[in-house]
Amino acid sequence: MTRIGVVVFPGSNCEYDAVAGVSQLGAQAELVWHSQTDLSAFDGIILPGGFAHGDYLRPGALARFSPVMEAVARFAAEGGPVLGICNGFQVLTEAGLLPGALQKNRGLTFLCQPTTVIVTSTHSVLTSGAILGQELVIPINHFSGAFTCDDATLKTLEDNGQVVLRYKDNPNGSRDDIAGVANLAGNVVGLMPHPERAMSTLLGSADGRVLLASFVTANVPAA
Amino acid sequence: MSSAPEPLHRALGLTDPELEAIRSVLGREPNHLELALYAVMWSEHCSYKSSRIHLRRLPTTAPHVLVGPGENAGVIDAGDGIAVAIRIESHNHPSAIEPYQGAATGVGGILRDVFTMGARPLVVMDPLFFGELTDARQRWLVEGVVSGISGYGNSVGVPTVGGELTFDDCYASNPLVNVLCAGALPTERLVLGVASGVGNLAVLLGSSTGRDGIGGVSVLASAGFEGSDGATSLDDAKRPSVQVGDPYEEKRLIEACLELLDHGYVVGIQDLGGAGIVCATSETAARGGVGMDVDVTAIPLREPAMQPYEIMTSESQERMLAIITPENWPAVAALCAKWEVRATIVGHVVEPTPDKDGNPVGMLRVRHGFDGEILAEVPAKSLADEAPLYDRPRQRPANLDAVRADDPTDDEPVGSPNEDLLGLLVDPAWVYRQYDSQLFLNTVVGPGRDAALLRLAGPGLPISERGIALSTDSNPRWCALDPRTGTALTVAESVANLACVGATAKAVVNCLNFGNPEHPEVMWQLSEAIDGMAEACKGLGLPVIGGNVSLYNESGGNDIDPTPVVGLLGVVDSLIAPPPGWAWREGDTVVLVGARRAAGDQPFPLGGTRWATRRGRRGGRVPAFDAATFATTAAFVAREIAAICAGRPSDVTAVHDVSGGGLAAALGEMVAVTGVGADVTELESHGELFSEFPGRFVMATNDAGSFVDRARASGVAVVTLGTIGGARLRIGGQVDLSVQQIVHRREAALVEALALDA
Repeated sequence: MTRIGVVVFPGSNCEYDAVAGVSQLGAQAELVWHSQTDLSAFDGIILPGGFAHGDYLRPGALARFSPVMEAVARFAAEGGPVLGICNGFQVLTEAGLLPGALQKNRGLTFLCQPTTVIVTSTHSVLTSGAILGQELVIPINHFSGAFTCDDATLKTLEDNGQVVLRYKDNPNGSRDDIAGVANLAGNVVGLMPHPERAMSTLLGSADGRVLLASFVTANVPAA
Repeated sequence: MSSAPEPLHRALGLTDPELEAIRSVLGREPNHLELALYAVMWSEHCSYKSSRIHLRRLPTTAPHVLVGPGENAGVIDAGDGIAVAIRIESHNHPSAIEPYQGAATGVGGILRDVFTMGARPLVVMDPLFFGELTDARQRWLVEGVVSGISGYGNSVGVPTVGGELTFDDCYASNPLVNVLCAGALPTERLVLGVASGVGNLAVLLGSSTGRDGIGGVSVLASAGFEGSDGATSLDDAKRPSVQVGDPYEEKRLIEACLELLDHGYVVGIQDLGGAGIVCATSETAARGGVGMDVDVTAIPLREPAMQPYEIMTSESQERMLAIITPENWPAVAALCAKWEVRATIVGHVVEPTPDKDGNPVGMLRVRHGFDGEILAEVPAKSLADEAPLYDRPRQRPANLDAVRADDPTDDEPVGSPNEDLLGLLVDPAWVYRQYDSQLFLNTVVGPGRDAALLRLAGPGLPISERGIALSTDSNPRWCALDPRTGTALTVAESVANLACVGATAKAVVNCLNFGNPEHPEVMWQLSEAIDGMAEACKGLGLPVIGGNVSLYNESGGNDIDPTPVVGLLGVVDSLIAPPPGWAWREGDTVVLVGARRAAGDQPFPLGGTRWATRRGRRGGRVPAFDAATFATTAAFVAREIAAICAGRPSDVTAVHDVSGGGLAAALGEMVAVTGVGADVTELESHGELFSEFPGRFVMATNDAGSFVDRARASGVAVVTLGTIGGARLRIGGQVDLSVQQIVHRREAALVEALALDA
């Protein structure tokens, strides 16, 4: 059984939802306190949504200094699957494990609403089980979710197929409608939408299952 | 100018007879600190001294009630070993002055009330009332309050799943910001705010104590805004009484407290809200019948040179008081260190002291060091429970008969019903999109519908298939005309909302927002409203398990319209499929379920309706309330929808309660969210389009014959209104609008009124 560690910073709040999401897909999930430095027991790591360290300074700016982040960097460098959802994505960009940055939404308000995202690359641990061009209904829930990066980075991301998800109808002003990106190897992925909130039609959508199912089987196809 | 200095007790908000009462309790002259303690604890906000004798008339018991009024939150047994705690509060005056922080700390305070009971807060709802948005100050208040709720609630990690949004000039200088929170816990973990066990320790958890919020309950919450321009003129003078919130501190405090409770480390726990440390220590000691020594020098401060009265009465946010045994202190300290939550021993539980007749009295002693000088020594119970109770003069408003006689029901309709209908449609999405409504994966029906519906699940809870439903409702237009019937109808409206998501109502909480209780007309309104609530709750078998009374909602001598807010909690026994909501489909038959005409002599009353109010017609009579017919109808609808939630096949495809804006608005809203039109038969009059009285439901079915048979078999009236489909909403010869027009006007209404770029 796949063992997934879900990192908990003080101020995280989607940790139980992330555990519930991957557990439904047969993975064994466990909370990992942010002071922990050994992740060797895990097959994959999730940085969940929330407000790590209160999002003081700016989202993710303090969390990158939590002791667990050195371990996450090592885990990623060894090819381990790492997924940052929402605040977790912000932490991964601040930690330099993913390119770009997340800035305040275009309308300067928090947005919690369903969005439709399009799978634009299957070369990642999050999208390997999805179909290129597939449309998925997955909610967003953030204030600082507008992806941004410089022109050179954007070109690199596009050339290498690192943009894994795009919004169909851009809700927050993200550059090039980007909703999720991966590192070059495809084993580290961040996205602003919450796939763990789209696991059941009772709650509005089950489209997140294809993404988390890819992640728990952690199958990175060759480029 | 007056030259005599004001006596200290009056400056603190105590009256001369109250000073006499304190002297008689103590048998001596109180010192400055003691006076300050009484002033906050005997404030209207803490003591309910003007309302308590009336609140006793509310029914409060039922077999499933585990905790009724008087504790931090009411608690019911929801089944499957799960208890649900619920509480509602107001943060009106702080929000009038500092909308972001006022609203934010309102959320923080209500969460602490709920996790104090051992429950994890799972859901927040926010009924909000402002003046008309043509006024720039109102737009500033709306944006500030909504972003305060969003900023605090989202960050602290509790979903906000609903509320209400009301605009009326009576709130222009005194907006209302109410907040409801519900949480769940395994039934056996229920804890109460009781100090017991002589030798036990009182541990202060969370933030340090500062000068923010000193006198919040007495300066802000227990007096009106007096300037001729209301709140505006007093902004600067009263702003220091508003507390400042830190959701990150609160989040860690919640997690630490729930973990302390999981481990069984605490004997009792109490939040620090209004009146701060003095309130928490005196209430826990009074409930436990023990004494408490508080070392004022032990309390961590964030500012130098604070006086003992400031330390004891500060309303600094994000603090809790835990009563623990001395053996558990090392474990408590370690657990709090993990969550980066400050924990400090500030008090000792001590033996009661014999009074002059030898009866044991639990004394609250404030000391300079545990063995040091005694700065204040008063019976804890006298602070917590023995404030004077007032039966203030009540008087029916002299102009009420004239107001009721000025009835819009028989007005000749002027203008186009098309335009009337469009003007009644407001999509509140701009507000609720700013709230995380989904955290914890429980939200089946979120904001913007009849009622919120959630799975009854959360970390640490037993597995259950049940759901809980919540609605908050108010109708100040009705209550201004007739507070008694208006409040009864408001309770019914809430029950009807719950029926739309298949839930059976279980318990009521209320937030009674009224004007100045020293105005006899206001006291009459309050007393009538409580009677109306008592009648409706008794008629519908509902216990009232908690509440809040917010008085002095006035400015420049003008009281708000009476605004009792009802919070209703219900249960769905099996929730495995979503209820149908408003989503009718092409080809369905649309029916009106429930009594077509109101009880009494007016079949389609328009007094107090949104239709009449928009025309500046605020008089008239409210509909009579027929509890028996209403209850039969609501129970039938709840049964029909509950069957769908339980996964059983049904011909019912949509349901919506007829409320604000009447039948026309209900149909318009269903058209707006589905994008599918309807062809509805001619109605009796414009009154039938816009009349508002609870107990009617618009439903859609794909097997009208079967549905009508079931309704009639249950003794419920039903009439066929028409057919779903097409790109227009037609109601006889009265209304003819394109779906596109309806969708656009509803979506744009709020954004345009707020003068925002969409």
